[in-house]
Amino acid sequence: MGILNLIKISLTALARNKGRSFLTMLGIIIGIASVIVMVSLGQSSTQSVRSELSSMGSNMIMIMPSHERRGGVDVGSGNSLNKKDLKLLKENTKYVQYISPSVSTGAQLVFGANNHSGSLQGVSADYLEIRKYAIASGIMFTEEQLKSNAKVCVIGQTVVDALFTNREDPIGQTIRCGRVPMKVVGVLESKGQNQMGQDQDDIVLAPYTTVMTRFSGNKNRDNFNMIFVSAPSEAESEMAATEITYLLRNSHNIKNPDDDDFDIRTQEELLSAMSNVMQLLTYLLTAIAAISLIVGGIGIMNIMYVTVTERTKEIGLRMAIGAKRKDVMLQFLSESVILSLLGGIIGIIIGVILAFVVSSALHWPPAISQAAIGASFLVCVATGVFFGWYPARKAANMDPITALRYE
Amino acid sequence: MEQEEIIQIRDLHREFLVGSETVHALNGVSFSIRRGEFVSIMGTSGSGKSTLLNILGCLDKPSSGEYIINGTSVNSLNRNQLSTLRNRQIGFVFQNYNLLARTSAIDNVQLPLMYNSEISAKERKERAIAALEAVKLTGRMNHLPNQLSGGQQQRVAIARAIVNDPVIILADEATGNLDTRTSYEIMTLFQELHSKGKTIAFVTHEPDIATFTTRTIKLRDGQIVLDEMNNQCSAAEALAEYEKNMKHTMI
Repeated sequence: MGILNLIKISLTALARNKGRSFLTMLGIIIGIASVIVMVSLGQSSTQSVRSELSSMGSNMIMIMPSHERRGGVDVGSGNSLNKKDLKLLKENTKYVQYISPSVSTGAQLVFGANNHSGSLQGVSADYLEIRKYAIASGIMFTEEQLKSNAKVCVIGQTVVDALFTNREDPIGQTIRCGRVPMKVVGVLESKGQNQMGQDQDDIVLAPYTTVMTRFSGNKNRDNFNMIFVSAPSEAESEMAATEITYLLRNSHNIKNPDDDDFDIRTQEELLSAMSNVMQLLTYLLTAIAAISLIVGGIGIMNIMYVTVTERTKEIGLRMAIGAKRKDVMLQFLSESVILSLLGGIIGIIIGVILAFVVSSALHWPPAISQAAIGASFLVCVATGVFFGWYPARKAANMDPITALRYE
Repeated sequence: MEQEEIIQIRDLHREFLVGSETVHALNGVSFSIRRGEFVSIMGTSGSGKSTLLNILGCLDKPSSGEYIINGTSVNSLNRNQLSTLRNRQIGFVFQNYNLLARTSAIDNVQLPLMYNSEISAKERKERAIAALEAVKLTGRMNHLPNQLSGGQQQRVAIARAIVNDPVIILADEATGNLDTRTSYEIMTLFQELHSKGKTIAFVTHEPDIATFTTRTIKLRDGQIVLDEMNNQCSAAEALAEYEKNMKHTMI
């Protein structure tokens, strides 16, 4: 019997029981659709995290002092980064495009009758480039202001909203940070929350020199909390990190990498750590969806059993008029494969539509996993064969005489 | 005129094991059927006629003895070879028609040819139409079994049995589910097929049906007790007679 005849016979048989065929397929449809949705959403969320992280500056590198231990006790971040290191990195690196130290301190911000508890960050003008901040109005403080410890600052949108409740123009106004009056020279463009839910607009930027000299809250006037660096491109950030490590080890006289008194973090590391979490989640959800596929397969097996029993007489007749065991086996096997394949195709269509709808509702970039679609196809065929095998064998092994007499 | 023997059976035995007891369903049966014969096989239930029919139809194999159909000894064939043999050499007609439900008459008739890869789809259709013409159902080719009367369904089944041009048609109580009138009609059809040269073996327990055949073989307890030629009655005449009588009773 030709393959076309086989498919025709199977389709006619399935069409005879449309309702039952559809309900049987439903298990597969749900299984495949959920696999497609899970994998696609996993991909698009990873993409969205990636694009958000790179908007934070994907070639950004953070240098932090390591935690210091004194007599076995962790006493928090050390004081290993200072102006000497900044100078060293500025002058001797090839892959560093922008560099800005960072010293931060908490400060009560006051303007008129309003006050806001914010954090004051002492940075250099490069900080904007590194963190991809832009000035919305006014200007960034200048190199001269930095050198002269000028009492100027650039503030984020959240701070503007908190202090300037009467919609005054903040530029040129003087706010108090703790006890120090600071002149606002610029306002940053809003960036919104970052991936961790932090408000990136709740920020006051001032020359680091100013923060180090005028804010006594900072525990050591010579040390930075962090140095931000950015490489010209994402690809070069790894090299920049190597370069910085080499320079800092040399100048800090460190022979053994275990004794490093600083930590270097590239965005790439953060990214891969986050992608790993996402991937794990995707795998988990896919595994759950795969279980529903197995349940769907068992549904097919169940119905195929019923079908075989119900059609015992037909099987007997087919055998009597010349169907070989192989023919009967193939007929029922192709029925179950067609069932699961058809269910799979419907499932893929529903899954793709759902993935599109959900990802656009969450403002994620739509990502349809072609690998998932391909795998679904294979899984469907395998499910059909695997779960159809036993019922089909039962049909093929029937004795035609008994089957013909079956009532 | 001496005709070729297409079925040769020699000392056929068939035993079944029921529990710990051996039942001899066939106990040394020997006969031959020549091409063009119309044989009725009679017997009460338990006489072994069903077992004989199963063996004749190559659905079952004898425990011992020889069965040669159209020159092929069945004993040496495996399951697949038996399937092919049934597909090419035998046409079955059953008591309960055994048509595929929700499948048109023409598709039902084509079914045996579906299992013969040497026949193209076009030829399959042509032969099915020819077979339906032979049973006078040309106008009902696309009807489903549940749209046909019992007699018509049996005609479709007969068309299915002749579509592969078998050497022998095996009918198992083919009139058992039909009323007298329709039985006569079906027998008329069988007689027509016979007159066109078909070989038919007809299993029945009704003596009047057997009178329409040319030869009767009677079985009892797994052995042949009678094998004689009949004076074949015409089923068409019987039908006419029957209708005349019916009219009388109605008047």
